[in-house]
Amino acid sequence: MTETRNREAYDAVEEASTYRWGFVSDIEQDFAPKGLSEATVRFISAKKNEPDWLLEWRLKAYRRWLTLPAPDWAKLDIPPIDYQDAYYYAEPRAKPKLGSLDEVDPEILRIYEKLGIPLEEQKVLAGVEGARKIAVDAVFDSVSVATTFRAELERAGVIFRSISDAVREYPELLRKWLGKIVPAQDNYFAALNAAVFSDGTFVYIPENTRCPMELSTYFRINAANTGQFERTLIIAERGSYVSYLEGCTAPQRDENQLHAAVVELVALDDAEIKYSTVQNWYPGDAEGKGGIYNFVTKRALCQGERSKVSWTQVETGSAITWKYPSCVLAGENSVGEFYSVAVTNNHQQADTGSKMIHLGRGSRSTIISKGISAGVSDNTYRGLVRVAAGADGVRNFTQCDSLLLGDRCGSHTIPYIEVRNPTAQIEHEATTSKISEDQLFYAMQRGLDQESAVGLIVNGFAKEVLQQLPMEFAVEAQKLLGISLEGSVG
Amino acid sequence: MLTIENLHAEIEGKPILTGLNLRIRAGEIHAIMGPNGAGKSTLANILTGRPGYDVTSGSVQFQDQDLLALSAHERATAGIFLGFQYPVEIPGISNLHFLRTALNAQKVARGERELSGAAFIKLAREQADALSFDQEMLKRSVNVGFSGGEKKRNEMVQMGILAPALAILDETDSGLDIDALRAVGDGINRIQRAPNKAALLITHYQRLLDYVVPDFVHVLADGRIVRSGGAELALELEREGYSAILEEAA
Repeated sequence: MTETRNREAYDAVEEASTYRWGFVSDIEQDFAPKGLSEATVRFISAKKNEPDWLLEWRLKAYRRWLTLPAPDWAKLDIPPIDYQDAYYYAEPRAKPKLGSLDEVDPEILRIYEKLGIPLEEQKVLAGVEGARKIAVDAVFDSVSVATTFRAELERAGVIFRSISDAVREYPELLRKWLGKIVPAQDNYFAALNAAVFSDGTFVYIPENTRCPMELSTYFRINAANTGQFERTLIIAERGSYVSYLEGCTAPQRDENQLHAAVVELVALDDAEIKYSTVQNWYPGDAEGKGGIYNFVTKRALCQGERSKVSWTQVETGSAITWKYPSCVLAGENSVGEFYSVAVTNNHQQADTGSKMIHLGRGSRSTIISKGISAGVSDNTYRGLVRVAAGADGVRNFTQCDSLLLGDRCGSHTIPYIEVRNPTAQIEHEATTSKISEDQLFYAMQRGLDQESAVGLIVNGFAKEVLQQLPMEFAVEAQKLLGISLEGSVG
Repeated sequence: MLTIENLHAEIEGKPILTGLNLRIRAGEIHAIMGPNGAGKSTLANILTGRPGYDVTSGSVQFQDQDLLALSAHERATAGIFLGFQYPVEIPGISNLHFLRTALNAQKVARGERELSGAAFIKLAREQADALSFDQEMLKRSVNVGFSGGEKKRNEMVQMGILAPALAILDETDSGLDIDALRAVGDGINRIQRAPNKAALLITHYQRLLDYVVPDFVHVLADGRIVRSGGAELALELEREGYSAILEEAA
């Protein structure tokens, strides 16, 4: 997306957030007071009418966070973050409670269009006949706005709610699983998230149920200076299947802004979760100013036998990307997959990869990582494949490919392989290449202009990962790859 | 169709073409032969717009356009095709996808309608069949894992699909066995022998010219064309070698 479009979109959001959506509640404070303290945590919890156990959980996490040093082991250059200089909660003035798609404000739809939400999604959102059914939960500034197709999902027994709603409606499930896969003490940003998480998505698929449509949390927009801390929890009971899309758009032109989300997935016996992310947060300008910090902890617990979780990510935005979607393969014959395309251009940095922890016998994992660097950016793959002593017959295949555009960018691979069982088969392949002038000229001699040629070659490079995405996302991701590399060649 | 006048060109300051003149009319097949290092590939690269070459003087007109003012992809759209000596691999992109993207890019640039998916596949299959090029290979990544002969056949399939006015074939016959040579030769005759088309074959050897009988043969030496003649000139070169001609030209 061009800079002009960003600005327009941002203005549109500013406008819309002052728009009255049907009813107006008492004039409440829009933001939590600036800064972070126990009072902030209590404020957030009170705003959401949370039960005591959750408030205690938050406070415990907050106190823990205070004792932790900010980690700096990654190959990233992170300017110091002032945690007091941000708002930790923001809410639209009139809190919408929309029951059906029809009630979604046309203003919002206009914003969707301006922000470049793919046409398919627009059709879905507009309720056009014959459009593919994708249930969408739109999140505006920390609060879920509309969840479509609720009735149909309910018929199937699928629960698709905002976390805040789920806490109220399904407390036992939340209590059972929240923080069990990514505990608050897991790391600095997980602790922070646990303390101040604002909202997020809760999904529950009952036994032997194939979720009848793809679930998507489409977009989030931040008002200036709000840290964004979502929490997502997906539970797939035995024999169930769900495909979840996390599309992140809304590039922002703010000072560096922290996005420290936590995603927890649980798959029981014979269950499968497919989790796809296309991330295009604001990467900062060409000089490296501004941009989102995307520090995310994502982990799946493949608890059940023959359970399976696939992570697919296309990361093209954000100034700094720091995340390792991982699988704890506890169940026998469980399967973990990680497919990633991470693009860095200009001054962006990425330190990303996956951790596959093999505990269960016969568990298998696949890691396919494609890093594309351009400009003066730095792109690092960091991965861990660990096989526990008791895990017989484990197989892993890891492939890390890097593509360098230009001669000033960097690409690094840091694989950790820790194997404590002699029957394990672990394979690791890596390639580093650049787009050869010969390839470029070949494509251009056939009639493609330079940008199309680069886009084509890059897409070919990333193909193996892109084809893991649900179709609409794949098309958007292809376009995104081209756009994110604009100006990087020549 | 193509008029090259007094073309001088350098690579990194080193002169390669030193006053080359050539004229190709529609309907003609020309062959350029010459010793290694004479500038044959350089000529092909300059005509098609490969970066890295400096034209220091002279002009090239292609169908009333100043060819040197166009970028590589613009020249392709104008109707020039290069059969590469060493076709490059493009992993992850199928031949079908690549060619359809290229063809439609050219069509759009010319203000023509794009070809639909089905129509394109039909066209691609026809061209592949005519060259005995396995259909399955169309689905594979561009040139990945292709033998030398398969790559050259693939170039011909592409030529058939893109249908250029002028085809410049850079040592298309190198590395081909007898069957492949015949197939390629037949392909060139079928695709490029037409009143509104032309071809420029750059070759070392006579053998391709047995299949594609040229109207004109030129000898490129020391950066320019030192002798031109009909098809029999190639036979003479085969018998006598270049030395006699080069002495004359010196």
